[in-house]
Amino acid sequence: MFADYTMTELTSIFAMQGFAGLSLFSIFVLMALGLAIIFGQMGVINMAHGEFMILGAYTTYLTAQVFESLMPGLYGGYFFVAMFLAFVVTFALGALVEWLMIRHLYHRPLDTLLATWGLSLILQQTYRSVFGAREVGVSLPDWMMGSIAVTDLVEIPINGIFVMVLALLIAFAVYLLMYRSGWGRKVRAVVQNRPMAEAVGIDSGRVDRVTFALGCGIAGVAGSAFTMIGSTGPTSGQLYIVDTFLVVVFGGAQSLLGTIASAFTISQAQSTMEFFLSGSMAKVLTLLVVVGILMLRPQGLFAMKVRR
Amino acid sequence: MKANRFFDWLMSREGIYYVLLAFLLVVIFPLALDAFRLNMIGKYLTYAFAALGLVLCWGRSGILSLGQGIFFGLGGYCMAMFLKLEASSPENTAIQSTPGIPDFMDWNQLTALPWFWEPFHSFSFTLIAVVAVPALLALIIAVAMFKRRVGGVYFAIITQAIAAILTILIIGQQGFTGGVNGITDLRTLMGWDIRTDEAKTALYFVCVGMLFLCLIIGAWVMRSKLGRILLAMRDQEDRVRFSGYDVASFKIFVFCLAAMFAGIGGAMFTLQVGFMSPSFVGIVPSIEMVILCAVGGRNSLLGAIYGALIVNAAKTFFSESFPELWLYGLGVLFIAVVLAFPDGLAGLYRRYVMPLESKLPALLRRNGGNAPTLPVEETK
Repeated sequence: MFADYTMTELTSIFAMQGFAGLSLFSIFVLMALGLAIIFGQMGVINMAHGEFMILGAYTTYLTAQVFESLMPGLYGGYFFVAMFLAFVVTFALGALVEWLMIRHLYHRPLDTLLATWGLSLILQQTYRSVFGAREVGVSLPDWMMGSIAVTDLVEIPINGIFVMVLALLIAFAVYLLMYRSGWGRKVRAVVQNRPMAEAVGIDSGRVDRVTFALGCGIAGVAGSAFTMIGSTGPTSGQLYIVDTFLVVVFGGAQSLLGTIASAFTISQAQSTMEFFLSGSMAKVLTLLVVVGILMLRPQGLFAMKVRR
Repeated sequence: MKANRFFDWLMSREGIYYVLLAFLLVVIFPLALDAFRLNMIGKYLTYAFAALGLVLCWGRSGILSLGQGIFFGLGGYCMAMFLKLEASSPENTAIQSTPGIPDFMDWNQLTALPWFWEPFHSFSFTLIAVVAVPALLALIIAVAMFKRRVGGVYFAIITQAIAAILTILIIGQQGFTGGVNGITDLRTLMGWDIRTDEAKTALYFVCVGMLFLCLIIGAWVMRSKLGRILLAMRDQEDRVRFSGYDVASFKIFVFCLAAMFAGIGGAMFTLQVGFMSPSFVGIVPSIEMVILCAVGGRNSLLGAIYGALIVNAAKTFFSESFPELWLYGLGVLFIAVVLAFPDGLAGLYRRYVMPLESKLPALLRRNGGNAPTLPVEETK
């Protein structure tokens, strides 16, 4: 399959597809970070994670609409407001869902899966009723348009770079929060030994709620970033949920670094193969390899040593 | 002796429920419904096969598979491939550039039948494949996972991913599988037209017969020592392992059995509905099969069948009259069945109707004696 191309062409193809894969990588990282917190730390399977992301995307869309009609002069900066709002909205919904539903199910992880699937159906139908079945998109501010030409054959779009930088910044922030803050220490304490954590005075119920809400909030920011590179429809979130779960499991559920590494591997593999095979076969092959590796190494790439 | 024991069981309280279900499916539905509605009931019942498998696999053994659609689809596609080959005889397909191959292959510029389609000329091979292909894939998945002691949530996610992969594969390989439309325009089974009302009614009875076969196998598994080990494994896996049982083998067995049930269901689906498409394979149908089982009661085989009937009937009713409401209804159903009544309809029945039932003969006889009550199974 490589024989038809010259060496320079191949290099450019790999570079182009590599950069194309980076936007998929950004989506994976942003979605997987929230999931890694909720699933990795709390053991809750949140099937509605994609819908939380889409909620963030719709919030961004609404913010963009408001800016466009009321203060077009400030349109260049709407994104930062939108991102903040998306975080607040999804954080609040996450906290509500945790209080109503998830907290009753902590000892039944398989049932959280079913309940959150039900939630995802309800949210999807709500989006469909409110925003319509058609996909909506935001117009990018001027400074995000265009692309940087690296060589004659390789061009990188600016919005892609922006989203990737954003993804990495958020990943770094999550790292600081989980491993360098007092709150993160509490979360990890509750994960490792709930009764002992409670005994030393940690309000584990509150930690659970904030952790879940935070995971959802990150999904909201992910949705905000998602509007930069794709359009938003009621079922856009569901498209990514299976891939994202594979990313989290493949990386080793409790490792943030593993999550990023596996997001990178999967997105790059898929994107590179897409050039040579059809899109669907590239995806099939990538997922098959991931599932195959997971069957051989169920604990994922970067596993925390746990006694079972 | 054996026949006698079977008769005793039939007359026992549990036996009565089976007889009632048989009466409902074999007598009441065919008499009360026209051929079109009866065919729809038959379609609902094909999902009950998958739900039965889930009772054994999830309710009894604690293995949640989000991939029953894979096996349902494989069984259905095996049957559809046979029927499609029969429908694409060289005479029927004379206008194609390559006569004798299915029409969608011709549209996709294929000039010869792919090798894996060849054996499906044989009906006996197809019948074996309907159970063997799902069982084989289930075996591969289960051996790889359970021998490494992967279970629970991870197993659910992996099976879901495989369901996604299979759907993408079927849609992507249009020339070999019929793509997103699936395998359509199926006409005859061994020369017998399956599209007539009579044929559909006959197939309904075949479906009910197969369902009862699976039901009896399932009931036998639940009542046997094997069933007790499965239950023990669900609640205290380590203790079962330390007692010297090979936990993985039991899990592999029950997962394969569930896959076979789903495969039979898929084949019956193809026969009764007349086509098979990837929309019955993927993530959404797979998880809907779980909700059928959960609504009926994850520990009750009979519950699974009633669950399949009721949920699907509700789905048809709502999507015909209030399409907007159905997704809300389904969503609420998922949440309610998990939060409010985890034992499903069977649990509600055991809790509220059974006490009344035991009072009934006593009231009739007016002697005030208490009939014995069945123990209520607890869910973990």
